[in-house]
Amino acid sequence: MKILVCMKQVPQKDAPLKLNESGTWIREDVSYEVNEPDAFALEEALRQKEKHGGEVVVITSGPARSQQVLREALAKGADRAVHLEDNAFVGLDALNTARAFAAAIKEEKFDLIFTGLQSDDYGYAQTGVVLAELLGWPHATIIMQIENNDAGIRVKRELEAGFFQFVDMPLPAVLTIQSGINKLRYATLIGIKQAKNKPLRKVAMADVQSALSANLQKIERLYVPQKTKQTQFLEGPAGEVAKKLVDKLRNEVRVL
Amino acid sequence: MVVVEQREGKLNRLSWETLAAGQALAAETGWVLEAAVVGSGVSGFAGEIAAKKVSKVYAIESPKLEPYTPDAFSTALKQFLESRQPKLVLMPHTYQVRDFVPKLATAMGRTAISDCIGYKKDGTKLLFTRQMFQGKLAADVSFACDAPWFVTFQNGAFRGDKVEAGASAAPVETVNMNIADGAVRNKPQEVFKEAKQAVDLTQAEIIVSIGRGIKEQKNIELAKQLAEALGGELAASRPICDSGWLPMDRQIGSSGQTVAPKLYLALGISGAIQHIVGMKGSRTIVAVNKDSEAPIFEIADYAVVGNLFDVVPPLIEEVKKARAGS
Repeated sequence: MKILVCMKQVPQKDAPLKLNESGTWIREDVSYEVNEPDAFALEEALRQKEKHGGEVVVITSGPARSQQVLREALAKGADRAVHLEDNAFVGLDALNTARAFAAAIKEEKFDLIFTGLQSDDYGYAQTGVVLAELLGWPHATIIMQIENNDAGIRVKRELEAGFFQFVDMPLPAVLTIQSGINKLRYATLIGIKQAKNKPLRKVAMADVQSALSANLQKIERLYVPQKTKQTQFLEGPAGEVAKKLVDKLRNEVRVL
Repeated sequence: MVVVEQREGKLNRLSWETLAAGQALAAETGWVLEAAVVGSGVSGFAGEIAAKKVSKVYAIESPKLEPYTPDAFSTALKQFLESRQPKLVLMPHTYQVRDFVPKLATAMGRTAISDCIGYKKDGTKLLFTRQMFQGKLAADVSFACDAPWFVTFQNGAFRGDKVEAGASAAPVETVNMNIADGAVRNKPQEVFKEAKQAVDLTQAEIIVSIGRGIKEQKNIELAKQLAEALGGELAASRPICDSGWLPMDRQIGSSGQTVAPKLYLALGISGAIQHIVGMKGSRTIVAVNKDSEAPIFEIADYAVVGNLFDVVPPLIEEVKKARAGS
């Protein structure tokens, strides 16, 4: 099984975000981490390889900083990495991101492509499905389990409100992976050492430019959302805050 | 054009919300509002929608559309939309729509602005508002391509009960689709539920819910004591259930239960969109979080910026005192 895992670097969950001067994107001087569902996608690819053999390749797009995501993946056990390195990749919409990935891997033959089910920054939940369509492959989203069978694979899709569904599908295929599908591993010291010698191929914007178009959708303005609720902040030492809150629960909310 | 979703013999709540969005947009733009329902044997649903204020309803039919597959839905809707050429295609942001809309839009050389919470008219330009960075920021997004434009709306973005009835029933047209053999590659099995749900959180009047801020499994005991003192149920955001610290049936959010209790007390929950959609209908929301910028505070009625481990123990004592005294 040869598996490609699409990964993304996103601002850390609790990082305070500041807007850029034109109010169209955030300022880049924040701490970054791997998009959480992508970490589960990588873990699942590594587990599939351990079961069936093969190769795990990781790919990301973004400026130099995003190489960290690939380094971590290599340290955890991925075999190779592909980095579409250019700051301009950050501003691409889902269609163009998928086009860039498809162009970067056109010489390769994968059996499976994994992505996380959505990113913590844009939150489109689209890139994986768009990539499948561009490649002409079947896809399934929000996957919680993957088994091989005669015809290809059987995957477990998560539906809403606690429902699930098994789907049989042929290979090659694209799967978007749900957080919690497995337990994440840590990189070992040996893994971190070995990662330094693993191949990392860089792809420049110029190499894939011909596959891209202008974005089909545009962020006109990014802003801090207006509060729709009047929030009362309760302040003071913990004991006092507890007293105030109980008073509110009793006299305003009337649940005590 | 609003494409509604039916499942298990009924139109889901989000479909009505999206129809309400369509009616509001039609009123503001003067555009004609039509609706479509996709499946096998869906004329009953089409009739249900035809009673509302819409110009026309299409029942898009093929035996291959049941059960749902992304291949069949994308194929059928592509044919249909290419023949009708609507300006705007609205759908609810459900797991099913997420599964096929990016494929459909790509197949048509178009794009979808997904998971929107509203829209704005800026002169002649239509902007769609969506949350970004887990709800910390919002963005107004426009289309930079030809129609049809695809938009999906988040759960709760519009009021489904605000859908206007029509003066008379709208015409219903059945459109039979030919979907080629072999076009459908995925073979879905029966839909099932993992385990019988032990707790029905939707009935709880008070819910104490925990997130990543609880840090360790053993700390859950503290939240449990608070829930007991309040006479409420214990729930959690997804990461807690993923870690196996609480069973999946106590999960609140898009992949768990949707609740609207009298009191929702969120401890150490940052308020990612996926969680918020499951609890924003709560009558009163109290949030305790050490990160003053956590999105949960955007929807909280009462907010405590601080360490939950400092606040919760005295809170349990105060609640017990209050209850004993009442």
